[in-house]
Amino acid sequence: MSAMSGGADSVATDLLDSTPMRGRVRRARLFLILLYAAAAFTVGALGVLIGTTLIDGWRYLSLDLITNLPSRRPEAAGLYVALWGTVMVIGLTVLFAFPIGVGAAIYLEEYGPKNRLTKLLQLNISNLAGVPSIVYGLLGLGIFAVWFGLGRSLITGALTMALLILPIIIIAAQEALKAVPPSLREAAYGLGATKWQTTWHHVLPSAVPGILTGTILAVSRAIGETAPLLVAGASAFLLFKPTGLDSNYTVLPMQIYNWTSRPQQEFQDLAAAGIIVLLAVLLLMNSVAIIIRQRYSRKLRG
Amino acid sequence: MSALTVKTVLTSDRPVLDASADVQISIRDLDVHYGANHAVRDVTFDVPRQAVTALIGPSGCGKSTVLRSINRMNDLIPSARVEGEIRYHGVNINDPAIDPVIVRRNIGMVFQKPNPFPKSIYDNVAWGAKINGHKGNMDELVESCLRRAAIWEEVKDKLKESGLSLSGGQQQRLCIARALANDPDVILMDEPASALDPISTLKIEDLMRELARNYTIVVVTHNMQQAARVSDRTVFFSLNDQRQGVLIEAGATADMFTNPRDQRTEDYITGRFG
Amino acid sequence: MTHRAVSGTPPMAPPMHHARSDEEIARALTSTSSARFSERLIGYALAACGLLSVLTTVGIVAVLIEEALQFFGDVSAVDFLFGTTWTALFANGSFGVLPLVSATVLIAALSMVVAIPVGLLVAIYLSEYASPRVRAVVKPVMELLAGVPTIVFGYFALTFITPSILRKVVPGTEVFNVMAAAIAVGIMVVPLVASLSEDALAAVPRALREGGYGMGATKMEVATQVVVPAALSGIVASIVLAISRAFGETMIVAIAAGSKAQIADDPFESAQTMTGFMVQAFSGDVETGSTVYKSLFAVGLLLFLITLVLNLISNRIVARFREAYD
Repeated sequence: MSAMSGGADSVATDLLDSTPMRGRVRRARLFLILLYAAAAFTVGALGVLIGTTLIDGWRYLSLDLITNLPSRRPEAAGLYVALWGTVMVIGLTVLFAFPIGVGAAIYLEEYGPKNRLTKLLQLNISNLAGVPSIVYGLLGLGIFAVWFGLGRSLITGALTMALLILPIIIIAAQEALKAVPPSLREAAYGLGATKWQTTWHHVLPSAVPGILTGTILAVSRAIGETAPLLVAGASAFLLFKPTGLDSNYTVLPMQIYNWTSRPQQEFQDLAAAGIIVLLAVLLLMNSVAIIIRQRYSRKLRG
Repeated sequence: MSALTVKTVLTSDRPVLDASADVQISIRDLDVHYGANHAVRDVTFDVPRQAVTALIGPSGCGKSTVLRSINRMNDLIPSARVEGEIRYHGVNINDPAIDPVIVRRNIGMVFQKPNPFPKSIYDNVAWGAKINGHKGNMDELVESCLRRAAIWEEVKDKLKESGLSLSGGQQQRLCIARALANDPDVILMDEPASALDPISTLKIEDLMRELARNYTIVVVTHNMQQAARVSDRTVFFSLNDQRQGVLIEAGATADMFTNPRDQRTEDYITGRFG
Repeated sequence: MTHRAVSGTPPMAPPMHHARSDEEIARALTSTSSARFSERLIGYALAACGLLSVLTTVGIVAVLIEEALQFFGDVSAVDFLFGTTWTALFANGSFGVLPLVSATVLIAALSMVVAIPVGLLVAIYLSEYASPRVRAVVKPVMELLAGVPTIVFGYFALTFITPSILRKVVPGTEVFNVMAAAIAVGIMVVPLVASLSEDALAAVPRALREGGYGMGATKMEVATQVVVPAALSGIVASIVLAISRAFGETMIVAIAAGSKAQIADDPFESAQTMTGFMVQAFSGDVETGSTVYKSLFAVGLLLFLITLVLNLISNRIVARFREAYD
């Protein structure tokens, strides 16, 4: 090149002459357009998804949708039974999964020896997080419904769902515990605290925002799950809200699925309205997670 | 179970080399391994009662490791293995049968970086006493500990504020007050002033001298002048040619700084001063 | 709280007496504290919580294998694995699983055609290009998208992708078809590919990028020829995980792909996946203990094994990637 043979002047001309760069610049610009397109595609997909659902379901959005029982006539059908089912199933799910999930995370992060066995336990948990949700349905059906004889009941659904979100809660709680600075543990141990006193009084309170945020995300997942409950015995059409642990039940996404799979346009629009309610519930949950995170982090900063 | 424990502890076949009444802790043949790494080798020295003992030496010589062995903090590191005898109140507290929790309730610790709990100033001091079943008046205890740590005047009007709202120097004195609430007789300090400004450092040093009237203090410091100012007794560590921490010499601080017996001690002391 | 001064404790306190004598301390040191016992109990309780996750795995494997073995008593494993006719819900039905597998594979493959380029480009954009302001929009959108229940994507595929896009572009498209389901599954896993790939890209050391710039490379050249190759194993791991997710996806395919169990060769026709069959069967009445009931567990076992292998591969790749940069 000229820079090799020529003097300082030809280097200066080289710097000013952008001809050899032109092809590279054009390629770079094309690439940038591709990047924008990909980002726009995802933002657009979410926008269209929410937009079309709103347009389809708008007509059926009213208080009646929430208070009406299911019906064979779309204008009279509502989500009352499904909403109750979701509240009860998810409530029980959290009751089972939260303490056990946090307990397992504490064991892995604070108590368990760092050996092969805990490594295997960790691998097992991360694999469980990847098992398709419908397989959890088969587990719930085989173990809780048939083997334990609990049948197609609310408690079967809740136990199934608890096992499904357990690995998610464990992994989130572990991350939160890992983020607690070791100096805090040392301070407590230095005062003669036992492992449990250290964990319960200092480590856990510091990890609470992370644990709660992770749990809420896991619960959001459970609220939107259809397949495992469909397999483990949620009903497709039910006229009564569940009254006890052994009641039949249905949940919000089951009801939406039921409406979606009917051929009439009216029921499909009703499904859209149901989806809007479901998304609103999930959005509410996420807002709560954000508020919790902010409030706690302010408190900890002191 | 407990009778058996006492027996094995008291009939240890190691000779008690220094049984004089003014020795608070005597360390014999201490070896610390981290996995395959032999970090501290064959360390023996006595810690006198109600005085300040300074552990000094170049970085990586194992002085902090020795300090953390005294209250069994090394138990928290899975790969650490501590061998040897640490005799305290006639008991070898390095015996695995001894519960490290009880050891730490009697031998308090202050860390390099101030680490108050993210709780109120009051709760920072009260917590240790609470978990150890303190029965007396908690308000009085908190006040007396904060006074003894020379921080009461600065915090008495904001006891409910977070310990983290204090300055670094104040946080460290809060951590000292927190350690006092357990009524320990020994306080271990791991470079307690290294993260602080000069004025805060002076305050901590004054406090150490004051506390030594009632407590036995062992302090790790990398600051030669600090060791000379605050300690009654100095233990000098260095690395041998296998990069293991070894004790070079131990003695009265005044003697050691004016008339070191070992050439390595002299080099280190003069090098730092020069 | 009372703030009265404690009498006799001026700032410079006189020598004080410790509450406990030497003998008391010695006795305390050598005693076995009652706390030690309850500590151990708590340790066991926490370990039991961890053990429950092992029991879950054991439960899944046991249930699937037990029922599947019974199924293989009724239908031979060879007929199941290599048969090309699946008519399980008919009387005297045939249980050749290949039609279900072919639909599952086709949907997973087509979904990757959407998810891999979009997810990877978004990851590169977020990690190398995006300004904080754009990030502040795209990141939350990804999180929202990741949180949308699959039933919603199913509805979207059936009521928007098929009628408003596919049937306009390819007029002969069936109401239920593989393509709509695949596109929806693809969109669903974009956030997974994007966020895991972005983590991998972000983990590439700065020095490597600077080395590229130092040789006069443009930003695009650094991104595509230095950073992406360096993060390749992390990116591959994210894709493998996305494929696994696509295999196990249920509601989207059940709603949008239909229930015609046939060897899937035309993406614009209806087909039934493994999960799609399970949903169809459980939406009706399946008699516990019948061959159909047992076949569901055999299909479930096959699905579990496929996703397990994919997840293990992904895990393995991630572990090796971490070693390289830690």
